[in-house]
Amino acid sequence: MEITFLLNGETVCAESGATGTLLDWLREERGLCGTKEGCNEGDCGACTVMVTDADGSRALNACILFMPQLAGKAVRTVEGIAGPQGQMHPAQEAMVAKHGSQCGFCTPGFVVSMAVAHLNGRHDHDDQLAGNLCRCTGYAPIVRAAEAIEGTPVPDWMLADAGKVGLDPPTPEASVGQDPPYCPTSSDALARWYLDNPDATLIAGATDVGLWVTKQFRNLGPVAFLNRCTDLQTITEEGDVLRVGAGVTMTSLLEVIAAPHPSYAELIRRYGSVQVRNAATIGGSIANGSPIGDNAPALIALGATLHLRKGDTRRHLPVEAFFLDYGKQDRAPGEFVEAVTIPRTAQALRCYKISKRFDQDISAVCGCFNLTIEGGMVQAATIAFGGMAGTPKRASFVEAALVGKTWDATTVEAALPAFAEDFAPLTDMRASATYRLEVARNLLRRYRADLAGELVSVLEVQP
Amino acid sequence: MTVARPLPHDAAPLHVTGQARYVDDIPTPQGTLHLAFGLSTIARGRILAMDLEAVRQAEGVVAVLTAQDLPGPCDCSPSNHDEPLLSDGTVHYVGQQLFLVVATSHGAARRAAALGRVNYEEERPILTIEAALAADSRFEDGPRIWTKGDVEATMAAAPLRLSGSLEMGGQEHFYLEGQAALALPQEGGDMVIHSSTQHPTEIQHKVAEALDLPMHAVRCEVRRMGGGFGGKESQGNALAVACAVAARITGRPCKMRYDRDDDMIITGKRHDFRIDYEIGHDAEGRILAVDFTQYTRCGWAMDLSLPVADRAMLHADNAYLLPAARITSHRLRTNTQSATAYRGFGGPQGMFGMEAAIDHLAHHLGLDPVEVRKINYYAPMAPVGGGLSAPRALRPPEDTSDPKKRTPNTPQPGTAQPLTGGGGGAVRYGAEHSPAGRMRPANTTPYGMEVTDFALHEMTEALLTSSDFAQRREAIAAWNAGQTVLKRGIAFSPVKFGISFTLTHLNQAGALVHVYQDGSVHLNHGGTEMGQGLFQKVAQVAASRFGIDPSAVKITATDTGKVPNTSATAASSGSDLNGMAAQAACDTIRDRIATCLAELHQADPASVRFADGKVTVAGTVLSFAEAAQTAYMNRVSLSATGFYKTPDIVWDRIKGEGRPFYYFAHGAAVTEVVIDTLTGENRILRADILHDAGASLNPALDIGQVEGGYVQGAGWLTTEELVWDDKGRLRTHAPSTYKIPACSDRPDIFNVALWDAPNRSETVYRSKAVGEPPFMLGISAFLALSKAISACGPGYPALVAPATAEKILAAIERARS
Repeated sequence: MEITFLLNGETVCAESGATGTLLDWLREERGLCGTKEGCNEGDCGACTVMVTDADGSRALNACILFMPQLAGKAVRTVEGIAGPQGQMHPAQEAMVAKHGSQCGFCTPGFVVSMAVAHLNGRHDHDDQLAGNLCRCTGYAPIVRAAEAIEGTPVPDWMLADAGKVGLDPPTPEASVGQDPPYCPTSSDALARWYLDNPDATLIAGATDVGLWVTKQFRNLGPVAFLNRCTDLQTITEEGDVLRVGAGVTMTSLLEVIAAPHPSYAELIRRYGSVQVRNAATIGGSIANGSPIGDNAPALIALGATLHLRKGDTRRHLPVEAFFLDYGKQDRAPGEFVEAVTIPRTAQALRCYKISKRFDQDISAVCGCFNLTIEGGMVQAATIAFGGMAGTPKRASFVEAALVGKTWDATTVEAALPAFAEDFAPLTDMRASATYRLEVARNLLRRYRADLAGELVSVLEVQP
Repeated sequence: MTVARPLPHDAAPLHVTGQARYVDDIPTPQGTLHLAFGLSTIARGRILAMDLEAVRQAEGVVAVLTAQDLPGPCDCSPSNHDEPLLSDGTVHYVGQQLFLVVATSHGAARRAAALGRVNYEEERPILTIEAALAADSRFEDGPRIWTKGDVEATMAAAPLRLSGSLEMGGQEHFYLEGQAALALPQEGGDMVIHSSTQHPTEIQHKVAEALDLPMHAVRCEVRRMGGGFGGKESQGNALAVACAVAARITGRPCKMRYDRDDDMIITGKRHDFRIDYEIGHDAEGRILAVDFTQYTRCGWAMDLSLPVADRAMLHADNAYLLPAARITSHRLRTNTQSATAYRGFGGPQGMFGMEAAIDHLAHHLGLDPVEVRKINYYAPMAPVGGGLSAPRALRPPEDTSDPKKRTPNTPQPGTAQPLTGGGGGAVRYGAEHSPAGRMRPANTTPYGMEVTDFALHEMTEALLTSSDFAQRREAIAAWNAGQTVLKRGIAFSPVKFGISFTLTHLNQAGALVHVYQDGSVHLNHGGTEMGQGLFQKVAQVAASRFGIDPSAVKITATDTGKVPNTSATAASSGSDLNGMAAQAACDTIRDRIATCLAELHQADPASVRFADGKVTVAGTVLSFAEAAQTAYMNRVSLSATGFYKTPDIVWDRIKGEGRPFYYFAHGAAVTEVVIDTLTGENRILRADILHDAGASLNPALDIGQVEGGYVQGAGWLTTEELVWDDKGRLRTHAPSTYKIPACSDRPDIFNVALWDAPNRSETVYRSKAVGEPPFMLGISAFLALSKAISACGPGYPALVAPATAEKILAAIERARS
């Protein structure tokens, strides 16, 4: 099939299969070898490219970015981060001057991430660069380079793409004899098509589906790309809830959720990386049913509601009810996640993510607590965990042990044995069952200390 | 002078613009084929049958090769001829190469390789140290044992004794560029190989052997690697041999690169260890005798495990004078990846054993661990003439790229003690390296080497002062008293690392230098560039010898056709060996030019000066280009080879006696951490480092090695956990599950300075090797965690590595009990 987009300022028509990746196309077809393959699963950032569309410019991992997702957009690779006459971008100059490259293999990815952050005026370098791994430098000189270009002017060429990206991009065209992927522009169209193609694979951000292709060599069958369903990408206030469309990226959600639910926002800050959050959607995160995804426990703790659609039939259910068993969700053939509605207030929501590494790691345990405490008494409790069972799951026994009790250490200690009634976690490469259960208990202790104003996070300690 | 300038990496402008070319970026001829291995899925057994029909039928597949299709065993081992390219029917680990797919694209080869169906007769794999000991599954006929003094008697006579055990995990290299090779068939059956390797001569050798060619028929070229860290010393052999054999069979160019998961499943990693220790000591913490037993899992093949295990033994003392010592080393054969070279090459493991033991000893006696370290240090070096051992001011750690930003009162590296004359000739020091009678005779390592250049007394005091150690330790204790959930810890650790290959014959290097008529210089040597900045350092040496700007020196790819019989770029030896070889080559040419010009100008050749891009002879000033042109017109050869071999080293690895190292490099670190006592989560808050790079050839590049080495070392001991299941399958085979440090894991405050003192040994411009030693500074992070845990209770935490959150939580329980 043929896909038209801007590449480093020039319009290109790329020939690609529906699940061909941008990285392979750049390197193997286009001969642009500056973009590197480090892991082929979106975890190292060596393949980072800048993608611009009507919503702005962002960094994405090219290794799990399918070509049809690019139609009508603009891509800049490390080669296009330099100016048209070959003049270096400030990020490139700073990386040389500050000794930010050693072996140089991760460098193009860092340069692109840094240039996009520079363009967007971001100074939270540790977060902006969390999706780029470097094994040589220890990061210090790279951050020095990022700091050195804070506030310097954005080169003209970096801004040129924004005016050229189509609001109405051309649909990828099928070549003779090949099924094109379906690229609907509305959820109505998607709903109709999916009814007729219930075995199809829906692709939103491809941060998970990408690996089905690059690592598992799965044949996805018919596919639909949801990135043009703009009506799925809105966040609206509806009374006391936020309605978040399934196609909203984690980056967009992070921006909106920071005010009402700062603890959930802090969880999302550590969710994947900038590149992953720029692609990953809230709908995809829920629909894939992962027992270790971080959104579900937070949403369950918040009492969020999931909205599903099949054809013209809609239904809704509590998020927790969607997860039936490991790998099994309450989703009928042809039915898809349309939105999630999130209460806008929570008295004392706290989301705790425990992983081997703080950034860009999958949780060993993710515990989310939402208690209503009035007059020193626990009036209501919603507690949910990821990583503790085959699904994201509520800690119902623990909740029962807390509700109606005085909110104090005695109650907390008395509730701890209930964790073993709620959960029988597994041992895997991330943590042992024993550790998971012990940490789950300790997170309730942390929650109490946290609400009492004690210092409970090593991330908040300054040297 | 160019040497000592903090120039950026020579390829930095290419790196940042994406133009730097790695093996997979080299444009390939039309018709190039791509390879992938089919891998075993069991850890031990025999292949009963392989059904590869689906592989052959897969789209894009050109050929599928098994061991029977190869011209011979096509051995890939760097040591023992025990690694056939494809299995001979026996399976030794999960991930062993069973068959080879040759296809029209990388993707097609990978997809096809997944379609093989193999029936095995499974045997119970040997996966752990305990299982290997029980089965007596080992390399060599028994443990290696080295002793110093009468260990039994001294231990028995010691007033106090303490014993313990330490487990430490291995480490995945996680070079960002995976293994890769490209074979280009030449006329007459010759082969050219591009490989991402630290050891081009080994690639040449193994390919020649596989193809039954003389080595002259194979040429290996390496422009750069995207990281190596030891992981490309021997682990690239299989790809190069596979490409060469497939290219021979198909007649077409063949390329292979491992996908990340394959790379992690197939290739070897750092050796994991268990170290048991017993210390005989007095009440002040003075060590009288130690007995270390080191157990290591070497994996299925020998690879480089013997010298790795040797180096672990060689660093069991770290910085401490051990009056009596016994070091026993078990090299165990297990059904796992063949553990291989990794930055430090066993040194970190041996050193970590000593540091953990001292940590335990200080805790046990309730003494200040810094003081216990200091009273056990080797004796300081004796002063020699010229004030060379006088302590130097610390330099500020920040931007070394801009000399203007320097604090005015701190000396420029290398300028405080000018070591070369105006003509670039190295000053030769009159004093002997080890002046007889000046050292206490007892100041010897457990392997009988006298320690004559020990710098840690002065460095320790300087670092404790600059890091404000004492005051911060008190502040931390006060802070901890006020916290219920979080605790901080601070710890100091020293590094003394031996420099030289312990296989003595490897300590040699060659260089090839051409000067062209226009005065431009072509530089080539046997070292490889993997990001460490070797090429730039050697170019700075070459530029200094000719008195020209380094931009006039073209750095060229390592090429076995230019410099033969090279050693691996390993053991931190790159600049020591190749810098000296390049210096010799440059000096030969320079002396020829000088002789020519002196004759023309009726002057003494020794009076000809090469500086600032000019050549001055008898009052006449020529540009370097004019000088080169003059020499050419006078029919003077402007091409020369250079050669260097490290002097004074002798070593008997069986007895454990001799002088295996030309000198020691030192470092010291103070790390502060904070832990969460409810979850074990932890973070490095601050690290202060003082590192001995001798008279640095390039302080910016050296500081880069120190910063990067520290973070990598801290990663080894904290988040980087390799997990195998009970079937021997590695469960952490991608960055999604194996966690190297990310950007925010570096210390918030990170002060790195170089100890600016020239090497006592006659190394190139008196610099010191810097690739590996800083890695071990990361041990201080582990010790700081142990200290923070100790704030939870009186028990010894007996923390194990990697100190993941889970391991820390378990250690907190031990401290409380």
